[in-house]
Amino acid sequence: MLAGMTTNVVFGLLRLAIIAAALKAAGGAIADYDIAAINTYVWIGQGLLGFVLLWGNNELAERVRSGDVVVDLYRPWHLQGALLAQDVGRGGFAFLTRLAPPMAFGMLLFPFQFPENPARWPLFLLSATIALVISFGVRFLVELSAFWLLDNRGLYGFWNVSSGLLCGLTVPIAFFPEWARDALWASPFPALLQAPIDVFLGHGSVAKLLLYQVFWAAVILGIGHVALQRAVRKVVVQGG
Amino acid sequence: MIEVRELRREFKVATSKGLRRNYKTVTAVDDVSFDVQAGEAVGYVGPNGAGKSTTIKMLTGILVPTSGHLRVSGVDPSKQRRDLAKRIGVVFGQRSQLWWDLPLGDSFDLLRSIYRVSAADYRTRLDECVELLGLQELLITPVRQLSLGQRMRGEITAALLHAPELLVLDEPTIGLDLESKERLREFLADINTRRGTTLLLTTHDLDDIERLCPRLMVIDHGRVLADGPLAELRAEVTPERELVIDLREPGPAPDVPGVTAVRSEAGGLRHHLTFRRAETTAAQLITQVVRQVEVHDLAVVEPEIDDVIRKLYQRQVQQNTSR
Repeated sequence: MLAGMTTNVVFGLLRLAIIAAALKAAGGAIADYDIAAINTYVWIGQGLLGFVLLWGNNELAERVRSGDVVVDLYRPWHLQGALLAQDVGRGGFAFLTRLAPPMAFGMLLFPFQFPENPARWPLFLLSATIALVISFGVRFLVELSAFWLLDNRGLYGFWNVSSGLLCGLTVPIAFFPEWARDALWASPFPALLQAPIDVFLGHGSVAKLLLYQVFWAAVILGIGHVALQRAVRKVVVQGG
Repeated sequence: MIEVRELRREFKVATSKGLRRNYKTVTAVDDVSFDVQAGEAVGYVGPNGAGKSTTIKMLTGILVPTSGHLRVSGVDPSKQRRDLAKRIGVVFGQRSQLWWDLPLGDSFDLLRSIYRVSAADYRTRLDECVELLGLQELLITPVRQLSLGQRMRGEITAALLHAPELLVLDEPTIGLDLESKERLREFLADINTRRGTTLLLTTHDLDDIERLCPRLMVIDHGRVLADGPLAELRAEVTPERELVIDLREPGPAPDVPGVTAVRSEAGGLRHHLTFRRAETTAAQLITQVVRQVEVHDLAVVEPEIDDVIRKLYQRQVQQNTSR
């Protein structure tokens, strides 16, 4: 845990240094980010990364591969619901160990943009929780693909590499050219990371951001549910 | 309890050659029909790849049959999988339903919530299993630290916490030592007779069947070859048993009436004798043998389950050709 925290903070410092340098070169601000906003963006991003768990452990896919998924399938539960509950529980712990520490680190050591309206704190938490649900939904789909692909490591790897850029972890979505910005906001990806950060920073309308997130949470969980039913119908359990 | 009519399951297997991809259909379960009454204990055996696990997976609702009629405890397994899961218990000998990193007791607590078992029922059922299977000290041990034998006892407890009407066990004794096997069998026999839990188990161990299952079903190539009491089947198919003796000094095989010396090995040091189970007992035979020669070691060899099945299979082929 301590090692994870150290890595997280070191990467945060790196990202901060790079984006701050870009900011300086651009004359102090890019889009609606000044140095305080960028610092806030980086440390919330570092925290959310572990809280929403952008990159999962592909455990379900491994269980499909080995055939251990039979155990998950004969229980009297809805597998997706059960795993979601498990992930929300994990989020409760990750809130304390993964989200709060880097945020506190950024607040204490760097200029930080606190929300003007205190109501944004609970709204940020709500937005982060919806982001966690969407993140679960996307990971569930990536893992479920193992029922068809058998070996989903390609897709899993692709998600791990591309999600940082698509979700607004690498640089804020606001830094992208207009066409890319529009395209991304029409996709679910910014809902995973950029949306909660925007809620905290007061970029854009909170109501709109939350609605956008809720919409994608419903769509992605819905697709997951249908995909699971399909998968179960065609299931071929591996290994005897 | 279980009602199976002309159950069939086919798989498509890809046979790739270069870039072309062809599929051929493999029939894993081929028009199988049988019934199991409540309270029975049935052994379901057959060589690897015979279709046992495929049948079990269809009975538990995990696999959807290609065709045929299937009812377990009154419901259609693949359509009402969650209903069924509350009524049956499943143990896969090669997989675990416990949480690897949690103590055994915590795994049980989680299962209690998943199956929505009342606190009082849970307490009595758990206490009973803990006592009979000797799990007291293991409840606080993480599952990953349990030995295979200990874990299997945990797995069986886990499958019984919701008091299932039917317990399905897929090779429950695989990899266990003799003592652990014996303990497990004793426990299973007990819940079958005392609680009336129906048992259906697959195994490669003839002793499992002998101790537990008055009824045996043999399957091979997806078809049921025989269905009946084990003793009857074995006596019918392989009426002879084998006695292997190692002598202290090389010599001729002892001559006992009713016994045939089949072959000898190691220059007369080891002899294989066969005798008919209906005519003499192993004990009588051994007494007579040791009177004649000085025996270093001896063993009574029961026909392997695979032998029985092979003979059954040959018989099936003969019947088909003579028809």
